[in-house]
Amino acid sequence: MNEEESVLLARGLRKEYGSGEGLVRAVDAVDLEVARGETLAIMGPSGCGKSTMLHLMGGLDRPSAGELWLNGSRIDRLSERGLAQLRRHEIGFIFQAFHLMDELTAQENVELPALLAGRSPREARRRAFQLLDQVGLGERATHLPSALSGGQRQRVAIARALANEPLLVLADEPTGNLDSAATLEVLRLFEDLHTGGLTLVVVTHDERIAATADRMISMRDGAFVDETRLTGSTSGNLAGLIGLGS
Amino acid sequence: MRHHLAQAVLLVIAIAAATATLTMALALNGVTSQPPYAATRAATKGPDVVAYLTSTSQAKKLVKAPGVANHSGPFPVASGIIRFDGRQADVFAEGRTTAPAEVDQPLVTSGTWVRPDGIVIQRTFADALGVSVGDQVTLNGESFAVAGIAVTAAQSAYPNLCNGTHLGPTPAASKFSDACPFPSFKIPFLSGHGSDTVTASSDDVGQIWMTEADAIGLTSKVNPLTTYALNLKLTNPDNAQAFAYDRATAANAPLFSTWQGLGSEDAVLVEDGHGVLEPGAVLLALLAIASVAVLVGRRLSEYARRVGLLKAVGGTPSLVAATFLAENLVLALLAAVIGLLAGWLVSPLITSPGAALIGTAGAPSFSLSTAADVVGLAVVVALAATLLPAIRAARSSTVDALNDVARPPRRRRKLIGLSNRLPVPALFGLRLVARRPRRALLSAANIAVTVTGIVAVLAFHAYADGRLSGASAVTATGLSDPVINRDEQMLTVITVMLVTLAVLNALFTTWATVLDARHSSALMRALGARARQVTSGLVVAQVLSALPGAILGVPLGFGLFTAAVHGGALPPKSWLVATVIGTLIAMASLTVVPAQLGTRQPVAEVLASEAA
Repeated sequence: MNEEESVLLARGLRKEYGSGEGLVRAVDAVDLEVARGETLAIMGPSGCGKSTMLHLMGGLDRPSAGELWLNGSRIDRLSERGLAQLRRHEIGFIFQAFHLMDELTAQENVELPALLAGRSPREARRRAFQLLDQVGLGERATHLPSALSGGQRQRVAIARALANEPLLVLADEPTGNLDSAATLEVLRLFEDLHTGGLTLVVVTHDERIAATADRMISMRDGAFVDETRLTGSTSGNLAGLIGLGS
Repeated sequence: MRHHLAQAVLLVIAIAAATATLTMALALNGVTSQPPYAATRAATKGPDVVAYLTSTSQAKKLVKAPGVANHSGPFPVASGIIRFDGRQADVFAEGRTTAPAEVDQPLVTSGTWVRPDGIVIQRTFADALGVSVGDQVTLNGESFAVAGIAVTAAQSAYPNLCNGTHLGPTPAASKFSDACPFPSFKIPFLSGHGSDTVTASSDDVGQIWMTEADAIGLTSKVNPLTTYALNLKLTNPDNAQAFAYDRATAANAPLFSTWQGLGSEDAVLVEDGHGVLEPGAVLLALLAIASVAVLVGRRLSEYARRVGLLKAVGGTPSLVAATFLAENLVLALLAAVIGLLAGWLVSPLITSPGAALIGTAGAPSFSLSTAADVVGLAVVVALAATLLPAIRAARSSTVDALNDVARPPRRRRKLIGLSNRLPVPALFGLRLVARRPRRALLSAANIAVTVTGIVAVLAFHAYADGRLSGASAVTATGLSDPVINRDEQMLTVITVMLVTLAVLNALFTTWATVLDARHSSALMRALGARARQVTSGLVVAQVLSALPGAILGVPLGFGLFTAAVHGGALPPKSWLVATVIGTLIAMASLTVVPAQLGTRQPVAEVLASEAA
C-alpha cells in the first residue's frame, strides 16, 4: 500500500499498563496502515487489545511508544487540545453501548458534534436531519433514545459519528449489543458508507461482521497475528452472512 | 460503610457542627449570671439596695428605715472624663475612704485600693480602656495613677452602667436595646469642663473609685456634685425590690438599684450570646440538612447495587428502607455525641460572666432534656435527608438496582434549545443544570443558607460599627464595647463553622455533580470538547445553580438579622454585592479541582466503566 494513500499509519505502536511484574502490554509493537476508503476489521477475543488499539487510533488514549499518523500528520505527540481538535474534526466514534445522551432527542444527539465544532445551530440542525435521513431515521428525529430500539440507537450513533464529515470512523463492537435484525441494519448502513468512500475501522470479536470488511486483522495478546484481504463484496449477501437467511 | 469512610466522616462532621451549635445555644438557655453575681456579691459585701441621692440629707431617713440592717455611704459621685493613650470616656467617680466599707467594698483583683492620687477602675471598663495597674490616666485634666482594678456587685459593669434603674429583673430586653430599662430615670450626665462639657446618657460610662477628696476635686461650678451613693443592707434581702418600689414614687425620691435588678443586668452578656447562637444553630442545622441530603443521595446511588443484592436475596422494601435509615441514624447519633461533647467543652467560654464578675456561670446546661434536644436534632436532620432516598431505594426495581441503573436525567427542551446558541462551556453547563434540576435546587438552597448566614453576620457588623462609632462621638472615643465584642466573637465562631460547613457542602455538591456528569463529560470529550471546556462547563453548572441561592440569601440574611435583633440597618450595598460575587467565585473555585481531576481520567476508561 502506498503510504501517501494511507489515512492512518501506525509504526511500532505500543500501549503498556503497570510496571515490573505487573506490566501488561495491551498493544505490543503494532504496525498498521489503513487506506482511504477502506473498511478494516480488527478482531480477536475479549482482552486481546483491540479496543485499546481503537482508542489509540482515535486519540482517546496515548501510546506508550511508537508513532501514529493521521492523514500525513503525526498525532501521538499532540497536546490534549490537539487531540480534542482531532476528535472533533477528523474522527468519528461508534460505541458498542451507543453512548447517546438520554435527555437529548436523536436529532439533538446528532447535532452535538457540529455544535462543538462551532457550526451555527441552524447548520448543525440541518446536517443532523440530513444524516438521520441517511440512516433511515428522519421520522424519528424528535424521539428520545429511550423510545428507540437498539438498532435505531446505533444508527443515531452512526449519524452522530458522521456529523463533522470525519476522515476516519472508528467503531468499537458496533453490533455487540444488537440482535441479528438490528445487526443487519447497521451492516447495511456500513456498506452504504463504504460505497460512499468512508474509511472505517471496526473492532469486533464476531467473524461474521469482520467478513463484511475489505481486510481483516486478527489480534492476540496485543499483537497482530494474521491479516486477511477479503476479496468478494458482501453486497446482497449480508443477511445470509449473519444468519438471517435472506 | 468501611468502603465509604470518607463520606461517613463528612456526614458526621456536618451533623456534629449543627448539634454542637445547638448544644451551646441550649447551654445558654436560661443561664443567668446569678451564680457569678452571687459570688461577687458575697466577696464584695454587696448591697441589697443602692440609693442614689441628690443630697446627703436624704440618707438619714433611709438608713433609719425599717428593715435596714447596715449601710455604707453616702459617697459622693462625681462625673468626669478619663483619658488614656488617645482614648477617652465618661466616668462616674465614687469617692471612698481608704478604709474598707462595711457594705459594698469592691474586690480589688489587681493592685491596691484607693489612695490619694491613686484611683481604682472597674474591671471591664479597664479592659475597654486598655489600662493596667501603674498606668497614669488623666481625669478632667488632672493626672492620677491607676492603683487597682476591681469588681463590684453594687453597679452594673461597663458598658451597662445605669445608675438608679435596676428596680427589678431586667425586662426581656432585646440584645441591642438600651441597657437602661427606664430611660426616664437616667441621670443627666454633665461631664468635663469648658469645651469638654457634653450631656450624655449614662450608658457607656465607666465606674471608678477614688478618695472622697479626689472625687470632690473633679467637681466645679459647671460640673457640680449632685449625686451620692448610699449602699444599704437589709435584714431580709428578698425584700429589696419592695423596699425600693415603696420609696421610688415619692416626690424628689432617690433612684434605686436592687441586687436582683443588678444580677439580671449582668446576665445581659450571656443573654446576648443566646440571641446570636440560636439563629446560628438554625442556620447550621439547615446547612447540615442540605449537606446530609447531598451526601445521602450520593451514598444511595453508590449503594444501588447493594440495595439490588439485598432485594435479590429476599429483602423486603421495608427491610431495605430500614437498613439504609439505620445506617444513617447510627452516624447521626455518633455525630450527636460528638456535637454534645464539643458544645459542652466550648460552652464554659460563652457562659462565663466575663471580666465584670468573679466565679463561673451556673450551668443548667447539660440536662437530659438538652441531650434529648441535641440527639433529636441529629435524628431529624438524618431523617429529613434520608427518608425520601430510603423509600426510593425500597421501591426501586431489583433488576435496575443490580444493574446500577442511574436515575434518568430530566429533559428541558427550552434550555437545550437555548444552550445551542452558547459557547461550549455554557452549552455543557446549562445542559447539566437542566438534566438534574433537583440537584441544582439543592445547590441553590445550600448557597442560600450560607449567604443568609454571611449577610446576617455582615448586618451585625454594620450595626456594631454604627453603634461603636456613635458611642465614640459622645462618650467613649476609641473604646470597644465588651457586649458587642463578645457577640462578634460568637458570630465569628458561627461564621467560621457556617463557612466551613458551606465549603464542605459545596465540595459534596461539586463532587456529586462531577461524578454524575462523568459520562456526559467523557462523551463530550470523545466528541471533541477540550478538557478545559468540560471543566468550565462544570463550573458554569455550579455557578448557575448557586446564583439564585446567593441572591435570595441577601434578603433572607437581613430578615434573619432583623428578626433576631428586632431592628438594624442594611449593611452597605458594596458588602452585599461582594458577598454574592465572592460566594459565586468561591463556588467556582471549589468546582475547578474535582472537575479537573475528573477530566484526568481517560475518556475510554470512563465510557467503558459506564457501559459495563
